[in-house]
Amino acid sequence: MPEHMMSEHAISEHAMPEHATPEHTGARGPVGIRFEQVTVAYDGTAVLEDFDLEVGAGEVMALLGPSGSGKTTALRAVAGFVRPARGRVRIGDRDVTDLPPHARDVGMVVQQYALFPHMRVADNVAFGLKARRTPRGQVAERVAEALEMVGMGGYARRYPRELSGGQQQRVALARALAVRPGVLLLDEPLSALDARLRSGMLAELDRLHRELPDVCVLYVTHDQMEALTLADRVAVMDRARLREVGTPRALYRAPRGSFTASFVGSANLLPVTRAGEGKVRFGDTELRVATPGPGDGGAAATLCVRPHRIVLGDGGANVLRGVARAVQWRGATHRVALEVAGHEVVADVPESASTPRVGDRAAVSFAAEDGVLLDD
Amino acid sequence: MLVHTRKGRWAVWAVFAVVCVPLFALPLLVIATASLSTNWSGVLPSGPTGVHYASATRGESLAALSVSLQTALLASVLALAVGTWAALAAASLGRRGRRLMDALFMLPVAVPSVVVGLAVLVAYSRPPVLLNGTRWIVMLAHTVLVTAFAYQSVSAALARLDPAYAQAAASLGARPWYVLWRVKLPLLLPSLTAAAGLCFALSMGELSATMMLYPPDWMPLPVQIFAATDRGSLFTGSALAVVLMAATSLVLLAVSRIRTEASYR
Repeated sequence: MPEHMMSEHAISEHAMPEHATPEHTGARGPVGIRFEQVTVAYDGTAVLEDFDLEVGAGEVMALLGPSGSGKTTALRAVAGFVRPARGRVRIGDRDVTDLPPHARDVGMVVQQYALFPHMRVADNVAFGLKARRTPRGQVAERVAEALEMVGMGGYARRYPRELSGGQQQRVALARALAVRPGVLLLDEPLSALDARLRSGMLAELDRLHRELPDVCVLYVTHDQMEALTLADRVAVMDRARLREVGTPRALYRAPRGSFTASFVGSANLLPVTRAGEGKVRFGDTELRVATPGPGDGGAAATLCVRPHRIVLGDGGANVLRGVARAVQWRGATHRVALEVAGHEVVADVPESASTPRVGDRAAVSFAAEDGVLLDD
Repeated sequence: MLVHTRKGRWAVWAVFAVVCVPLFALPLLVIATASLSTNWSGVLPSGPTGVHYASATRGESLAALSVSLQTALLASVLALAVGTWAALAAASLGRRGRRLMDALFMLPVAVPSVVVGLAVLVAYSRPPVLLNGTRWIVMLAHTVLVTAFAYQSVSAALARLDPAYAQAAASLGARPWYVLWRVKLPLLLPSLTAAAGLCFALSMGELSATMMLYPPDWMPLPVQIFAATDRGSLFTGSALAVVLMAATSLVLLAVSRIRTEASYR
């Protein structure tokens, strides 16, 4: 008899991983996401092309781009709602490309929340746990824990329609986190909120990620401020393709392409010609730039200068002279638009008595290291 | 409000009354009045009596009411099940498949019900499936006729249902059946009950196909009404019609109660 029980025990233990998702046994470690050459097409039109990206475990990756850039498609390929025509999607070491959405172990929050209107808040949050057959005793505990985490502990008995937009967003977040997913997919989660709520939720998301450092987050947004604030790295997308990946700082300070330069922060993009090592010509003016590069004279290039790195006066290494065409007061700064050699150069300068008025001749300057030569 | 002045509003109400009262309300009122009288030779009927109702709720007539209720209940439940299933299946098909399904389920509506009745009669009068002469052929014909309406209202509701709900459920780990049972069907419930009510009402009033099919032991109420008026018993027929109307309205009222308790918005 004991022998029989022993063997049965051994069999059932062996069978465990088949029946219980690792999540319930707590055996799973942190996971990341990997896109390998993913292409998605609708009716022959590619909406995502040759997308290669690796998101580390515990990393927050923002997919930043205008609408139609393919960022949401990339997220939906991870969730399993679109099927790549080519390429693979991996979560951790699992190839999930052919798995149905319910088998992928992701948490997802979408822009319009999609809370189930016929269920109370607690039942919404419990939905994923019940669908995964979490033992009854644990469900209530984990629902309470998830609601507490987003500060909605007092609203368990409410219906979604009785909550404000911001509260619904928190519940949607709690619902996704309650199943303790390895991967959290956020699809424009803040874009339905007004500006003040948005910055509050942004801080909240930042705090949540510090509490859950192992969760890999893919954050889709068209708002550069959200991406720069939250993300460890940002993937800039445009017209179905990945343009650049890097830390927010690197993308902001040293963008490689003009799309990134103008989409992440504001930028002056000046057409210049190369004029030897570390030098370019803009109109009649020779400018010094820090970017090392081939000095093949005469080749056309684009120079990126951030408006807030340009100062009034002719004290810097590179001086531009022109006529002020527009001056906007923006509280702490003035935005001055100068016409220089037929092009507009915008500078954000602090308030001062010397701010030029429209029509004045003025000189502005910037340091050599603030001029970044772009690849295109 | 489209009309702002008080006079204008009165005028609109007057037009509404002139158009709608004779068209919809008056005929029903006439039937109700006729069912309570023995003689109608002047402008108004005479000889008030309750004898028609006494006979309308007894014996053969009561049996006919029961037959109608059973037929309508079975037909609408079957139609709802089949129609919902077909609508869910069609929603997951491609554009072509969906169009084919739409056309298939439009057929019983597009074809005159006499033709549907005849088709069912011819198709099931011989082995292997011999239903002619049984009550099942009536139920089958009713089901075929009303399934089209169930299919249409459920697919319209499905098209309006935001796919984000089902997707959110799937991403939380719910299998397709669980999503259907816990999310889709509860969200569709108001449309399902509305469809059930519509099917029930249509089946309760179905005459033309039933006329060709009913066996002697399964005579629905509309056939009884037709038979009564056909042999000249207009007042008995009116009483039966009022009974039919009342029974249908009662069931619809009950169904609509389900709907109000189950609607979430």
